[in-house]
Amino acid sequence: MTPVSLPLASFLGDIGLHHFLAVGAVLFCAGLVTVLARRSAVGILIGLELILNAANLNLVAFDRFGPAPLRGTVFAIFVLAVAAAEAAVALAIILNVFDSRDEIDVDEITSLKG
Amino acid sequence: MGLPSLASLVVSPVLGGMVPDLTAAMPAILFWVLTGLAVGSAIMAAIAPRIVHAAFGLMAAFFGVAGLYALLGSDFLALTQIIVYVGGILILIVFGVLLTGRAKSQLGLEKPSSRVPAVLAGALLLAGLMIAIFRSDFGGSRPMAELPEPKATTAALGRAFLATDQYLFPFELVSVFLLLALVGAAYLVRRRRDAS
Repeated sequence: MTPVSLPLASFLGDIGLHHFLAVGAVLFCAGLVTVLARRSAVGILIGLELILNAANLNLVAFDRFGPAPLRGTVFAIFVLAVAAAEAAVALAIILNVFDSRDEIDVDEITSLKG
Repeated sequence: MGLPSLASLVVSPVLGGMVPDLTAAMPAILFWVLTGLAVGSAIMAAIAPRIVHAAFGLMAAFFGVAGLYALLGSDFLALTQIIVYVGGILILIVFGVLLTGRAKSQLGLEKPSSRVPAVLAGALLLAGLMIAIFRSDFGGSRPMAELPEPKATTAALGRAFLATDQYLFPFELVSVFLLLALVGAAYLVRRRRDAS
C-alpha cells in the first residue's frame, strides 16, 4: 500500500485488490461460522455455499487485478459447476437420512461413530 | 430533444454546483453498497435463528456477490451466478428446508454452547486473514481506477472453453461430472416401491 496524506479517504475511494480479498475473507468466515454453529444439515449446506462464493470472489478479483486475463473466471465457472453438483447430491443424501431417521440434526446422526 | 438533455436543462440551473460530480467515485460507491449487501446478508445467513431466514440471507448474499463480479468486469459470471445459485442451488436448499420441515433442528441454533466457539473461531480466522491481506502488497497491484477498461468476457470464454489447446478437456470432463452427479442425486431420492 502506498502512503498517502488521507488514509481513510484513500481506503474508501481507491478500491483495490485488497478490498475484494477482504470481502472474500468476511464471506468465508461467515460461512465457517454457519458450518460450525448450525446443527441442521441444510444449514451446513448454506454455510458451504457461502464459502464457495468467497473462494470464487477471490478468483475473479485475482483475474481482474492479475496479469493473466480470463484464467480466474474459467476456474470460477468450474467451481460453480462443482457447487451445483455438490448441492444436488448433498440434498439427496439429506432427504434420504430424513426419510430413514426423521431427523437432520448432525449431532444426532452418529451411527458411523466408532 | 432527448430526455437526458431535457432533464439536465431543467435540473442544472436549479441544482447547478450544489450536487457534486459523482462519476469518478461511482465504482467506490457501488463497491461499498454491494459489499454492505453481501456482508450483511452473509452474517444474517450465519446467525439467523430460523433456517428459512438464513436461506433468504444467502439469496441476498448471492446477489451482492454477483454485483461484485459485475464490478470486476466478469459480466458472464455475474449472470451465471444469479441463474445457477439463485435460480438453482437456492431453490434446492429451500426445497430441502420444506421437505425436512418436521425435523427439530429447523430452528437451527438451539445450543448457545456450540455457537460461542464457532463465532470465536470465525472472528480469530477473520482477524488473521485481514492482517495477512492488508500487510501484503500482492506484487504492487494497482487500484481499480488505474486498470484498463474490462472487455466483455462471454465470447472470449466461449472460445477458451472450446479450444483444444485451452480448456476443452476439463470442460467436457466437468460436463460429464455434472451429468453423473444429477443422475446420482435423482437415483438417491427415488421413491422405493418395495420399502415401507
